[in-house]
Amino acid sequence: MIDIAFTLNGAPCTVSAPPFAPLSDTLRERLGLTGTKEGCNAGDCGACTVLVDGAQACACLIPSAQAQGAQIHTVEATQGAVGAVLARLRAAFLVHGAAQCGICSPGMLMAAVDLLLRDPTPDRAAVRDALGGVLCRCTGYAKILDAVLDAAPQAIAPPRAGEAVGASIARLDGVAKLDGTDRFGADEAPVDALWLRVVRSPHASARFSLGDLEAARHALGLEAILTAADVPGVNAFGIMPNLKDQPVLADGLVRFRGEAVLGLVGTREAVAAVRDAALPITWHPLPALHGTAAASAEDAPQLHAHAPGNLLIEGGLNRGTPARDVANAEGRFTTAFVEHAYIEPEAGYAQPAPDGIGMEIFACTQAPYMDREETARVLGVAEDAVRIRPSACGGGFGGKLDVSVQPLLAVAARKLNRPVRIVYSRAESMASTTKRHPARITARMAADAEGRFTSYEFDADFNTGAYASWGATVANRVPVHAGGPYRIANLRNRARAIYTNDTPAGAFRGFGVPQAAIATESLVDDLAEQLGLDRWEIRRRNAIGRGDTTHSGQVLHASAGLPECLDALKPAWDAMLAQVAAHNAGLPRVRLGAGIACMWYGCGNTSMSNPSRMKLTLARDGTLTLFNGAVDIGQGSTTVMAQICADALGLPLRQFRFVLGDTSRTYDAGKTSASRQTFVSGRAAMETGLALRRRILALANAGEDAVLALEGTQLRVGDARVIDLAALAEDLEAEGRYDPATTALDENGQGTPYATYGFAAQIALVSVDTALGVTKVRRIVAAQDVGRAVNPTLVLGQIHGGIAQGLGLALMEEFIPGRTENLHDYLIPTAGDVPEIDVHLIEDPEPEGPYGAKGVGEPALVPTAPAILSAIRHATGITMRQVPVLPHRLWEQMQ
Amino acid sequence: MTAYHRPTTLQDALAIRAGADVAVLAGGTDIFPARTARAAWGDPTHKDVLDLSAIPGLRDIDETAAGWRIGCLATWSSLMRAKLPPIFDGLKAAAREVGGMQVQNRGTLVGNLVTASPAGDGIPNLLALNATVEVASPRGLRVLPVAVFLTGYRATALAADELATALHVPRLENAQGGFRKLGARHYLVISIAMAAGVIATDAAGRVAEARIALGACSAVAQRLPLLEAALRGVERAKAAQLVQPHHLAGLSPIDDIRATAAYRRDAALVLLRDLLEARG
Ligand SMILES: Cc1cc2nc3c(=O)[nH]c(=O)nc-3n(C[C@@H](O)[C@@H](O)[C@H](O)COP(=O)(O)OP(=O)(O)OC[C@H]3O[C@@H](n4cnc5c(N)ncnc54)[C@H](O)[C@@H]3O)c2cc1C
Ligand code: FES
Ligand code: FES
Repeated sequence: MIDIAFTLNGAPCTVSAPPFAPLSDTLRERLGLTGTKEGCNAGDCGACTVLVDGAQACACLIPSAQAQGAQIHTVEATQGAVGAVLARLRAAFLVHGAAQCGICSPGMLMAAVDLLLRDPTPDRAAVRDALGGVLCRCTGYAKILDAVLDAAPQAIAPPRAGEAVGASIARLDGVAKLDGTDRFGADEAPVDALWLRVVRSPHASARFSLGDLEAARHALGLEAILTAADVPGVNAFGIMPNLKDQPVLADGLVRFRGEAVLGLVGTREAVAAVRDAALPITWHPLPALHGTAAASAEDAPQLHAHAPGNLLIEGGLNRGTPARDVANAEGRFTTAFVEHAYIEPEAGYAQPAPDGIGMEIFACTQAPYMDREETARVLGVAEDAVRIRPSACGGGFGGKLDVSVQPLLAVAARKLNRPVRIVYSRAESMASTTKRHPARITARMAADAEGRFTSYEFDADFNTGAYASWGATVANRVPVHAGGPYRIANLRNRARAIYTNDTPAGAFRGFGVPQAAIATESLVDDLAEQLGLDRWEIRRRNAIGRGDTTHSGQVLHASAGLPECLDALKPAWDAMLAQVAAHNAGLPRVRLGAGIACMWYGCGNTSMSNPSRMKLTLARDGTLTLFNGAVDIGQGSTTVMAQICADALGLPLRQFRFVLGDTSRTYDAGKTSASRQTFVSGRAAMETGLALRRRILALANAGEDAVLALEGTQLRVGDARVIDLAALAEDLEAEGRYDPATTALDENGQGTPYATYGFAAQIALVSVDTALGVTKVRRIVAAQDVGRAVNPTLVLGQIHGGIAQGLGLALMEEFIPGRTENLHDYLIPTAGDVPEIDVHLIEDPEPEGPYGAKGVGEPALVPTAPAILSAIRHATGITMRQVPVLPHRLWEQMQ
Repeated sequence: MTAYHRPTTLQDALAIRAGADVAVLAGGTDIFPARTARAAWGDPTHKDVLDLSAIPGLRDIDETAAGWRIGCLATWSSLMRAKLPPIFDGLKAAAREVGGMQVQNRGTLVGNLVTASPAGDGIPNLLALNATVEVASPRGLRVLPVAVFLTGYRATALAADELATALHVPRLENAQGGFRKLGARHYLVISIAMAAGVIATDAAGRVAEARIALGACSAVAQRLPLLEAALRGVERAKAAQLVQPHHLAGLSPIDDIRATAAYRRDAALVLLRDLLEARG
């Protein structure tokens, strides 16, 4: 430890810290300035960006000793020139919706301050250069660039009563995301918390035995070394209700690299100092099955007793009898593991109750109620003994639906009877948490002479990795969607989830549908080519619309706006084709190409009850509180629920207070997944608002359209009546619930799996350097049927972010266990990779949805990769059937 | 516990270096990620650290009688900002493409050289600049050409008691530097391959001297003597057409997560042609 003196946000500061500790750590852990985030500790994400003597730098790469004598500014700065520029930027970020989850925002803000202090009037390219070192996984960057360029942000006026839905108001939780005060998983813990570090398997498949742990614990100065034997309840977790196949701590056998083996608990210094090699673990490596081909081989060892042939599950859909027709296309497609790469690695703490039963967990999550159920089972206690308090969530995208730190923390806290905290390293997060399923797909499609699709066949193996996680979804969601949003009478779809010794695959934005869309949209282009039809034209002819029947036999009675989406894109499509033709006429080395793709996506869980329930109180002191259990992972559900509820009740949004996603204080609003929150929880929020309104109207004996106004404890109802809330015997309270109507799928995959579907189409313009195989996306135009845009700014944010992830899936993202476990080998798009994006919002209202709204979160990602592949083919004549299209892969095909 | 030294004189630094097995730290942009990577898989140990950053005078970029001297603490950003002639344009271009601005503001050119990664963007530029490395130890100073300084994959000729104190770049009349980097994304990307060159032309517009180097196509970045010889005396405007596959003799590109060897070989030719096509 040394004393380090420097100027921090304009004021002198002295801190005692280890000289080699990263400055980010000293700021966060010793000075309590948790506004500076750590996403990788390797310079790759830029979340830790601060100013050192006025120049942006990654605080995670600076030894604390180098702060001596320096001027350091962090996102917490309020004074001086930095404070002034920050204030302006915060306002602009709010107005433009530039912060979604907000974990990257401090870094973005500081990088922008660095630029604006040097150059107060930069152009877009200069902003891009300045922010190029900060990764954002949520926004697709466009709104961030807009915000930095907005020199005079205009605050948005708060909407009046009844006008919240449809208003582009700033997210309600935005301020805390921009001043560094929002509390993410690593930003809060009791002072007396011990630290947990998980020892993970370096082998993909191995048996292991443990030696004298007690001696090791002593020698290493630890409070405890946890093993499978320390799990008080059931040492297993998993998403499928009937299949809890993943141990919290492995019991003598590991099935993937990164599996948890031991938990080291002690002071931070003690657990951090342990070398894994110093622990008494004896490894006996076994042959590992990588990929579904190896795991499905005749002689492959069986990884789980319940899964002969390593087959977790198989699902299908049969309708009519597929046959050949005038035009016939077929292809084999391969996709990679894709990492969520949320910028916030998993983190949190557990606080045990003194009674030896209760447990409170503060951690980032997308599914607090599921966390509660899993943690309770692992602890062997009743569910209501566990309280989950979600932290702010620095991105999820499906990856924080499964538990990660929660059961580990709970086991440690119970054993030590002390609060215990953990922060995953980036490598640990990448190696141990779920991925998008890699898929090997064979698909066939046929069309008649008019280009009408007549048959479709799909057969795919999805790699679920070592454990099931969301693997079951492969069997239901994929076959239902695989054929794409087209009228097709004859289909035969098969999808299998196969166990391997790879990282477990789980939920990731679009769940299996993006992989299937890559195959299907490619075949559509094949058919168009064979028939000499324009690629837009063939899609428009077959686009499913209102009154049509889906592949699972469901009639779309309403809100099916794909034809409108395609029509909206037509002018841009024609212009793009003309631009490409003109550019490519001279056969230049850098060719342009235009591509197109469509998608559909069922909102909510497949053929499963997935209710949401909310509560609204109007207390006798005049406070109006929405108890909302939906977790906002950056997509904006907190804001959207409030907008909907406010209009349903008829009071202005600004009068609402909120209690959010805490299992002890809110009802279950289900998981933040499957694009269900706006649709399902939003409807529950609407029902809740309407229910309270009905109570009030009844109390006042007022007519349906009476206007409400709340001033202090005086609630005016219509022109004549005033209720004095203070005089009431009890607070006014109302609840609302919604569960979308679905039916089970029969053995042929027929039924009503979803109450509603989102639809979208996108076109992409790419350039391909034909000498180097380098593809650059120049422009994307998206059209998406969202039912109703409750908050257009937030909807656009979802679409931009989905497109950026789709671009990554198409061109650069490939998780390889043991090889791309960090953010410099695993590439996600930077501010320089995401193109200009234009969006057409199509609003074909969904009668079941709140004010006509339905889900938007996942759909945006689905068409992007196939549209880019379609454009690459247009530019080069090469059909890429493997993603990501790394330069060398495209180059090889061009040889 | 890792000991941490932050001396304020070069003499003290050399004494510490000679007295113990320490990791030398300049900007830390290679040291910290490496430490994080090791710790992630259970090796949190680290050598004692010798931090050079408090020693005055090591950041300067100066013109000398023979050319230029770049102090060992000169960062990518300071290179970009320095007033330097066109021979440095390749190095400056590389500086602008290293990581993001955060890394450019802290990382040093000398650190990049000492890390000796095949993908280090500074290295082919230094080879093309005919740079030499000034190395100090309690035993005195010595100066090594960069090609001699680099002894293999992530290996250098630095002895256990030595520090690299500066780089020297000799003058070359009418010389223009250039750089071409190939990566799979826009910012923050490690090169799949890169080409750097310095070309001096005579009054008639012919190549008087060509120094061309490729990175990420062999364990150590290499000059291309066959290509350089072929370029000598040809019309500068026609230089790009001369690039031939056999000029890559001696390279040994590999397959890795970023690309295949065959692709690298072909891409290298394209980068070389692009490099030679461009002028100033
Ligand atoms: C996010 C990120 C992106 C990057 N992108 C690129 C890129 O695109 N291209 C690229 O080439 N590099 C890239 N790098 C690496 C680049 O930043 C480093 O190579 C940097 O230039 C090293 O300088 P430093 O001062 O930070 O070195 P340090 O980390 O301080 O040291 C690096 C090595 O050099 C030794 N060393 C340093 N100075 C001396 C000296 N004077 N004498 C003896 N030994 C010394 C150290 O002991 C150590 O082994 C990136 C790094 C990060 C974190
Ligand atoms: S935490 Fe510093 S760059 Fe990621
Ligand atoms: S808002 Fe940028 S990472 Fe979430």
